Amino acid sequence: MTEPTIYELSSAGRIGVRYPESDVPAFDIPDEFIRTDLPLPELSEVDVVRHFTHLSTMNYSIDRGLYPLGSCTMKYNPKINEVTSRLPGFANIHPLQPIETVQGNLALMYNLQEQLKEISGFAAVSLQPAAGAQGEFVGVKIIRAYHQSRGDTRRTRILIPDSAHGTNPATSAMNGLEVIPIPSDSRGNVDLVKLHELCDETVAGLMLTNPNTLGVFDENVIEVIETVHKSGGLVYGDGANLNALLGITRPGDLGFDVMHFNLHKTFSTPHGGGGPGSGPVGVAPHLVDFLPAPIVSIVEEATDEVPPLYGFTIPAKTIGRVKAFCGQFGVMVRAFTYIRMHGADGLRKVSEYAVLNANYILSKIRRKYTLPYNRSYMHEFVVEGCWSDAPDVHALDVAKRLMDYDFHPPTNYFPLIVHEALMIEPTETESKQVLDKFADALLKIAEEAHSSPELLKEAPHHTPVGRLDEVKAAKELVLCCWLPDRN
Amino acid sequence: MFIPHTKAETEEMLKSIGVCNLADLFADVPEKYRFPRLNLPSGVTEMEVLSELEDYSQANEPVSELVSFLGAGAYNHYIPAVIDSLLRRGEFYTAYTPYQPEISQGTLQAVFEFQSLISNLTGMDASNASHYDGATATAEAGVMAYHHFRGKRTRIILSPAVHPQYREVLCSYLCNYENISIETGSKEKGPFENPSELIPLIDDQTALVVVQYPDFFGRIFDYRILAEKVHENGALLAVVANPTALGLIKAPGEFGADIVVGEGQPLGIPLSYGGPYLGFFATKKDLVRKMSGRLVGETTDAQGRRGYVLTLTAREQHIRREKATSNICTNQGLMTLAATIYLSLLGRHGLKQVANLCYQKAHYAAQQISTIPGFELVNKEPFFHEFVVKCPKPVGEINRDLLDNGILGGYDLGIDYPQLKNHMLVAVTEMNSKDDIDVFVELLREAGND
Amino acid sequence: MKTLENLKYASTDEWLLVEGNTATLGVSDYAQDQLSDVVFVEITAGIGETVSKGSVVATIESVKAAADVTIPVSGKVIAVNEDLASTPELVNSDPFGAAWMIKVELSNPKELDDLMDAKAYIEYCETRSH
Repeated sequence: MTEPTIYELSSAGRIGVRYPESDVPAFDIPDEFIRTDLPLPELSEVDVVRHFTHLSTMNYSIDRGLYPLGSCTMKYNPKINEVTSRLPGFANIHPLQPIETVQGNLALMYNLQEQLKEISGFAAVSLQPAAGAQGEFVGVKIIRAYHQSRGDTRRTRILIPDSAHGTNPATSAMNGLEVIPIPSDSRGNVDLVKLHELCDETVAGLMLTNPNTLGVFDENVIEVIETVHKSGGLVYGDGANLNALLGITRPGDLGFDVMHFNLHKTFSTPHGGGGPGSGPVGVAPHLVDFLPAPIVSIVEEATDEVPPLYGFTIPAKTIGRVKAFCGQFGVMVRAFTYIRMHGADGLRKVSEYAVLNANYILSKIRRKYTLPYNRSYMHEFVVEGCWSDAPDVHALDVAKRLMDYDFHPPTNYFPLIVHEALMIEPTETESKQVLDKFADALLKIAEEAHSSPELLKEAPHHTPVGRLDEVKAAKELVLCCWLPDRN
Repeated sequence: MFIPHTKAETEEMLKSIGVCNLADLFADVPEKYRFPRLNLPSGVTEMEVLSELEDYSQANEPVSELVSFLGAGAYNHYIPAVIDSLLRRGEFYTAYTPYQPEISQGTLQAVFEFQSLISNLTGMDASNASHYDGATATAEAGVMAYHHFRGKRTRIILSPAVHPQYREVLCSYLCNYENISIETGSKEKGPFENPSELIPLIDDQTALVVVQYPDFFGRIFDYRILAEKVHENGALLAVVANPTALGLIKAPGEFGADIVVGEGQPLGIPLSYGGPYLGFFATKKDLVRKMSGRLVGETTDAQGRRGYVLTLTAREQHIRREKATSNICTNQGLMTLAATIYLSLLGRHGLKQVANLCYQKAHYAAQQISTIPGFELVNKEPFFHEFVVKCPKPVGEINRDLLDNGILGGYDLGIDYPQLKNHMLVAVTEMNSKDDIDVFVELLREAGND
Repeated sequence: MKTLENLKYASTDEWLLVEGNTATLGVSDYAQDQLSDVVFVEITAGIGETVSKGSVVATIESVKAAADVTIPVSGKVIAVNEDLASTPELVNSDPFGAAWMIKVELSNPKELDDLMDAKAYIEYCETRSH
């Protein structure tokens, strides 16, 4: 079932869309600049529609079924978000229009900032970062800037738990900080003894995901944060797992100094096959001045007759701009729509059911899958995708076999501290029926692993392609194709 | 709202878990901080939220209701209907990152095609799956160059004619990083300096020279000599390119660019107040492994069927962790699909046609404006679809008058360049008819008379 | 897991073949097994360059990992294996032979005392397996 590429479908002379002829007098283009060869394919509109429609049928998607991917929060993407974000008053606005002509957008952004502040317990929010990783970059940069502003230049190290997402150490390295891994204890919490040992005046802070990537809420979170604060460091919160905490607790209240949000996880904006995301950052009062510029604020207060005038301000000690214009605005509209539909009660329900769903699956499969930490779990949990009495079977094989049951696999091989990890996060939008089917599939696969492991090793069987040769891809490195008439 | 559970199902599930009620699931949260009362407006139904969002959207003046001559990094181009109709397919927009290739061939092949189109368009050997936008792609070029020389070269030379916001972002990423120094041309000559004036700054400590093509002021330069000088000194050349322009003018690969980055918004992506947009990043074969971001490669399965996978993933954050050169994870997936469809629809002839329309109309506008007393075309170099006009009054004042007449005027360069008060950057695209341009010119004439 | 008796081993899985004042460096069989299929090798140290103990001299990439190769001794690089760029899979098939990476002239032979012999290395690897 191979779909040709647009290059293979190309037929000289075809064009997919026509434009009107020029209605102005002709001007010459200087010869030395004229491009003589533009090797793009030529397709008709029908060719294009059919081609991409065929491609779409080869994709799994949330609209098709469950994605139990831990730490990704693959909840249902409400269709109303697609309507609101496409309203012409949002979609057709140039980013540099005078602020008087974009008061609707600025009001929306201001209110989204306020909503995120309230949800997380922070004093101020910047909507500028384009994704979670960029939000992390901003957060860590703010921590560095804060210490530097106090004349404290010794803090060049940052503590990161061994269960952390890879973006955490990568972000720290990008900020010129030395990464010091901190282990988890036998209950999956940050090792307090180690933490006390490591916290000193060379430590800028700690990056903490809570609940962490194991799916557990740190039982000592208050002490962890106080320990870091006592030694003069700050605590960065990775908000990837916020779906467990809406209306349950607020990171700002717990003592976090700065945190990023993932609008494309917690707040239902679509994953789009790899983006766009949006990674706003919230900060505690002492860090407000460092946020990236610009922030949306009220520049003229409302009176009885007129609404407030919204505009942009530059925080006094800003770390600078991290993206052109104001951020992923189209994504913000979707998140705003979602939050408005839910309100406080709705958001709390989201987290309650996210946690209920994860624990329900766990209750059904734990007799057949090893759970490395004997804890209560939140919106996700990690099990081992292997059995000592089925030595040939790995988590990868379990993952591939799930595709034969028409499920997307859970996250594989992460976090690194669990052997053959399978990280499962169903989210709150999955029904009991779907969860039952998924649990049954996992139990069946556990059985197959022992009775007929080749079913797993050769999986998937029913997909457009089977397991692909990744070694060949990396060695031969074919990263693009060309028109047939060009070598 | 989107939670399907009935009361009975919830009871059954709680029983299976072994707790009495939902609140019991949160025993690990310290009691003092548990279940805060969030001060948010009550949730509303779909009907109500649509009405509310419509109110917000109507408090704006969209470009679709105005005639626009505003560019400066985001351009009002026609978006063919096919694009959104395909983008709205749930199989595309509700799909996840293609980490499981067997069930993501749709996304993977589309990205592979995107990589191919961008490589062809820019004249490079390979492209990645995208960065957040043109500004961050430019910053990543700096990061890549720094790591390519393994920290042994610490100077980056940044033309002052690169988009001001891109320069800010590059600085946010690199200014305090290790011992990197960023130089922005000679201070005396100002923003309109010629690229040849960057040449004396290049030395054996230079990792990267960055120029824009066409530059922020719309000018087109021949960068061949600059490229030669950059390479003579062993450094790399990055070109920030406008993708529409590349339908008409020579590709940076032809004149010696090592890295080509830019903003892909003109390729079928709505203006949407600045985001989500699309950063593209392309480079030469020998630099491919230094490129950050996702890469899709072609391969086969056990039955010999062709398929696509994410490749060279060992460079990325989830494996390399603190040794990764970039932390990028989520990119701009759906926007790359939009650009791929746009370029597939337009193809070799369509893109050239759009580029040519922009060129012709911009030159007509420039010619007409140059006849208005008090208004002066500042630059004599060839330009693509933007040009700088010196105005007899502050740009803000002129734009207010224009807006009263339904026209969105050009960008006030005084905002970013203190030496350029009263200078307007005018952009013209295929969306501007001759009549639009004539009305614009007339209104400028009137504004100049007061 | 293969080892060769006549080699010295570092805790970071590099091996050294010492002949007089010259040492040849590569990565061990344990390392290539951990990495699985190697797709790319880049030797970053150049001929004539002085390298110090612990510095990175090469990077190895496989499908699932990327690793820095560090040299456990100091010296001057006198040879570099050009074949690895085109045939990285040699690291998997012949880690102790054809997949040698660099040769150095030792500047401080005392550093060799910090390395393990084959027996110690085998024991060390056994304690690491999960």
